[in-house]
Amino acid sequence: MKMLINVAETVVTDALRGMAAAHPELTVDVENRVIVRRDAPVAGQVGLVSGGGSGHEPLHGGFVGPGMLSAACPGEVFTSPVPDQMVRAAAAVDSGAGVLFIVKNYTGDVLNFDMAAELAEDEGIQTAKVLVNDDVAVTDSLYTAGRRGTGATLFVEKIAGAAAAEGQPLDRVAAIARQVNENSRSFGVALSACTTPAKGSPTFDLPPGELELGVGIHGEPGRERRAMMTSGEIADFSVHAILEDMTPRNPVLVLVNGMGATPLLELYGFNAEVHRVLAERGVAVARTLVGNYVTSLDMAGASVTLCQIDEELLRLWDAPVKTPGLRWGM
Amino acid sequence: MLDADFFRRWMTATAASVAREAGRLTDLDSPIGDADHGANLQRGFTAVTATLEKEAPDTPGAVLVLAGRTLISTVGGASGPLYGTLLRRTGKALGDAAEVSEEEFAVALRTGVDAVMTLGGAAPGDKTMIDALVPAVDALPDGFAAASAAAEEGAVATTPLQAHKGRASYLGERSIGHQDPGATSASLLIAALQEAATAEATGE
Repeated sequence: MKMLINVAETVVTDALRGMAAAHPELTVDVENRVIVRRDAPVAGQVGLVSGGGSGHEPLHGGFVGPGMLSAACPGEVFTSPVPDQMVRAAAAVDSGAGVLFIVKNYTGDVLNFDMAAELAEDEGIQTAKVLVNDDVAVTDSLYTAGRRGTGATLFVEKIAGAAAAEGQPLDRVAAIARQVNENSRSFGVALSACTTPAKGSPTFDLPPGELELGVGIHGEPGRERRAMMTSGEIADFSVHAILEDMTPRNPVLVLVNGMGATPLLELYGFNAEVHRVLAERGVAVARTLVGNYVTSLDMAGASVTLCQIDEELLRLWDAPVKTPGLRWGM
Repeated sequence: MLDADFFRRWMTATAASVAREAGRLTDLDSPIGDADHGANLQRGFTAVTATLEKEAPDTPGAVLVLAGRTLISTVGGASGPLYGTLLRRTGKALGDAAEVSEEEFAVALRTGVDAVMTLGGAAPGDKTMIDALVPAVDALPDGFAAASAAAEEGAVATTPLQAHKGRASYLGERSIGHQDPGATSASLLIAALQEAATAEATGE
């Protein structure tokens, strides 16, 4: 598999050097692997720190900036960052108002952030944690590591970021973040596996003419494999899977998210089908976002995330944001 | 008796073995994980070897605590905290004695394995590193060779199991039929004890 890289060992640091060159409004510490908004810490504001394996860009580093994350910690490809990075990020963004860790529910991310929280407390930094676990493809939470964090991470980071920018206190920002997670559900499909730089070949074998339903965002195979379906059939399957798990009483935010190798042309077509199914099911749509936001390297495919949203959450969603990956209102 | 040098050799032998087997660990991690176990552990144990050379701690406990901390700071993923905790807690249990007996080491390693089970929440049979470590600790009173054989056997025995923890658990029944990469790397760690002891006997 051809890749636009130098060597596999330096893909993350190479990308960070490139981010530093492209975004002078961010402080990119390439050696210690921490991306911080340049004006941090912002007086009176809770700091928002997230992080996770690399390979999901623009998540998380591309969401650092006013109105969203204060800092992000990129790990190796598909590998949680280490506690040292998280503590460094927390120290850089803590204005005294405390720091919220936004953690996707994967064993590695949870263990490393928990260790980081202990170390940060030792340094006198107050922390809270929100766990994002929105993936309905994981039906059996008792005998698995639990539902994975996927597309809802963007909703949590944006809405909690807006609350922090308003100067809301840590317990309130954390409560809003948890509410967004609880209101959100996702389902993803893969049309091809992805290729990690370290391995150089696809992480699983998906024959032509088949698709994988219920995938996560790490190139891991999904819940089941079927003969290839049309965009409309995939939208039916995905939205129904979500609505089996959640009955929205309020309008929803919709994220139609590309996995990395699916063109926007296809994503917009898929979004039309998602809206068709939502209309058939009587679910009102408040806002829609279409694009590659929570990716899985070069995987082809898409995920749908729905988040039930009330007026307050919608106001925070619409609030200004200025990051490399998401920008409006400023 | 086992001194700091023995534990340094254990870590060096593990690093060499992980480097040798990195490709196989990554291959095992492909169908039921995300194809990076070999690369991650190799990065970690390379850092451990370098740190132990630079700082040269002089007790068995200090060697393992430093090795564990280094893994936590360099590996990431679940493997970093889990292997890091295994070595750090084993090292803490050894205290600051200049030498420890094999019996004392066996007791300390059980403390480390217990800490890993508490941290990760895995029990025997969940298709994790625990399936190699628990049999190894049970066999350790019979010597390093017995522990190594038990760990290897435990790793192989994960093949028919369904994963209940970690990323492989998302596959449900489809995780059956694959040997667990974490149990496999744990068996390399235990096998390296035998190598460290052999190197001592031959005066290497």
